[in-house]
Amino acid sequence: MRLSLEARAKPARIMVWASPLIAAVGSIIGVSILFAVLGRDPLAALNILFVAPLETIDGLAELGLKATPLLLCAIGIAVGCRAEVWNIGAEGQFTIGAICGGGVALAFGGNDSWWLLPVMLLAGIAGGMAWAAIPAFLKTRFNAHEILTTLMLTYVSIQLLGYLVHGPWKDPQGYSFPQTRQFEADALLPMLIEGTRLHIGVVFALASVPLGSILLGRTMLGFQIRTVGAAPAAARYAGFSRNRIVWVCLLLSGGMAGLAGICEVAGPDGQLTPVISPGYGFAAIIVAFLGRLNPIGILFSSALMALLYLGGEGLQVSMQLPIAVTGTIQGMLLFFLLAADVLINYRVRLKPSRAAAGATGHA
Amino acid sequence: MTTTRRSLLQASLALPAAAMLPRAAGAAAPFNVGFVYVAPIGDAGWTFQHELGRKALVAALGDSVKTSFVENVPEEGADAERVIRKLATDGNGLIFTTSFGFMEPTLKVAKQFPKVKFEHCTGYKRAANLATYSARFYEGRYLTGLIAGRMTKSNVIGYVAAFPIPEVVQGINAVLLAARTVNPNVTIKVVFVSSWFDPGKERAAADTLISQGADVVMHHTDSSAVVQGAEEKGVWSFGYDSDMLRFGPKTNLTSVTMHWGDYYIERTKAAIAGTWKSGDVWGGLKTGMVKLGPLNAAVPDAVKAEVAAVQAKIEAGTLVPFAGPIKDQKGAMKVAAGKSLSDGEILGMDWFAEGVQGKLG
Repeated sequence: MRLSLEARAKPARIMVWASPLIAAVGSIIGVSILFAVLGRDPLAALNILFVAPLETIDGLAELGLKATPLLLCAIGIAVGCRAEVWNIGAEGQFTIGAICGGGVALAFGGNDSWWLLPVMLLAGIAGGMAWAAIPAFLKTRFNAHEILTTLMLTYVSIQLLGYLVHGPWKDPQGYSFPQTRQFEADALLPMLIEGTRLHIGVVFALASVPLGSILLGRTMLGFQIRTVGAAPAAARYAGFSRNRIVWVCLLLSGGMAGLAGICEVAGPDGQLTPVISPGYGFAAIIVAFLGRLNPIGILFSSALMALLYLGGEGLQVSMQLPIAVTGTIQGMLLFFLLAADVLINYRVRLKPSRAAAGATGHA
Repeated sequence: MTTTRRSLLQASLALPAAAMLPRAAGAAAPFNVGFVYVAPIGDAGWTFQHELGRKALVAALGDSVKTSFVENVPEEGADAERVIRKLATDGNGLIFTTSFGFMEPTLKVAKQFPKVKFEHCTGYKRAANLATYSARFYEGRYLTGLIAGRMTKSNVIGYVAAFPIPEVVQGINAVLLAARTVNPNVTIKVVFVSSWFDPGKERAAADTLISQGADVVMHHTDSSAVVQGAEEKGVWSFGYDSDMLRFGPKTNLTSVTMHWGDYYIERTKAAIAGTWKSGDVWGGLKTGMVKLGPLNAAVPDAVKAEVAAVQAKIEAGTLVPFAGPIKDQKGAMKVAAGKSLSDGEILGMDWFAEGVQGKLG
């Protein structure tokens, strides 16, 4: 007998729900074997990985904090992907958003002005949009592919940030270390839960989920976005402007990445340093696809990704496991999730193999 | 009244110590020490040396301590604070955070956990329960500069550096000043790679420097790529952080190595005994935090003797690496003859000495 994959006539509805479960069971078995081989109690390790981070208010707050930038960036990216506009450079737009909003904080902080935080947030959004406008222009004017331009602009943005914190924005009291001074208290985002680091940015991130769903599912613009992506010829025939959709998608995802950037520096960071994102803009691409480019799916996938980071640290601290193990587990989970997705569009068939067909009894 | 108040005071002072005592006394309840590492441990480099320190601590104190560590914690962003807090809530009484970028997060967590003791490596912000420690790596650099000055034929030293921060600038200037004491024609070419750990970029920078005439290369980054590249191209190299002789058996002249074990043992013992105090320790050759690794057989005996003599003088305090006269790149007198830089001036060093080619900032 041999296994073969057969394309389904249409995606199986039941598998849309069953595949995450299959993936969960598969990865729990795989991870348990790994723990057992390493001589750790699999149940205790699974508890540390998936349950312990969610048991305390502080843990939940940290989960929200970690998921916020992923969620904001991923929803913007997903909207673009639905129109086949591939914004790979959310990391760069995130950085520029942080620079623009952070610049406002450094310039006007400390005066207790009521308008400071709103202006910082708007500056962050505007910065991200402006950075994404460059690839939009290059795409619509010169047909330069946005995968290249958005990615390359990411490196430009990181160099720009480096120039600022090594140069004009360097903290004069900082022994010439490359970092700005700490933002004043009035330039920091308000906390949602006292004693934790969960700031108001998580509200923006959560709000983007229904807004993204409505945009894609209930509006003419969303219909155009989906049509341009799924059936470009039909979109052209219907008179939808592809260039307009490119602009909308890049500005939207750039603005959301910029918002994530300013929320990060005005939230937990409180200053600008040479690198402000440990790769949120890139991780968000995984999150977007893991959530099947659907805002509600992305809500779950960003939470899962955040949980994996937290649980991975827990394993290091509580079980003295090296980081390679947590990386292996993260990879295993993502592998099972994506592999199980195959079942949505394909069915597994057992076929008698050519050799077995003639022979007898050899199972 | 007075006695009561005093005894109350004493009682409150004794409390944290008393809380430690049962832990210290019985092997069943060890004292927990946490470590935060910026990179994966790997097999050489900055984090690897801290891991050796942790292992030395475990070897010295045995069952009376239990250590844990988290590796590859990004300096940037929100992760470090969470990791440090996790270690604090997990019952660690002493936590070492081993990279400059952990300064603000360590300070924040230290405020939230006044009973837990923190130690931050290479920073300058302290609190009652947050001490800082680092070492004068430039003293080791000075010795390598001496060897480089003697060994170079092209009089060009190539220097692969991470970022133009004071610690890096100190090393570059120290090498130049030492090399010029034995060879006044030496110049240093610097390439900044904007990363602490990027073997590809480090190697590319080393190749560039070698093609520009450098016949001695050294690096202030965390991988051994430069040493390996030099071995292939047949030019001299110096290692950093760890002994890197095995990565360049023919051409690696020696390495500036770092040793944290003694410090970790001493501070952990103090924390267990209740005598731990915040402060700042800036070790060096004398305290053994910085050492020169084994010298390559290619280093002539006369140079070996010279290096040993200079090392003895630095340890005795009779030779100071940053003693005048020192001119900066523009030729302006930065340190007058007979003067030397204060620790504060060294810690904030943001200028290159005359003879260094490359731009700062």
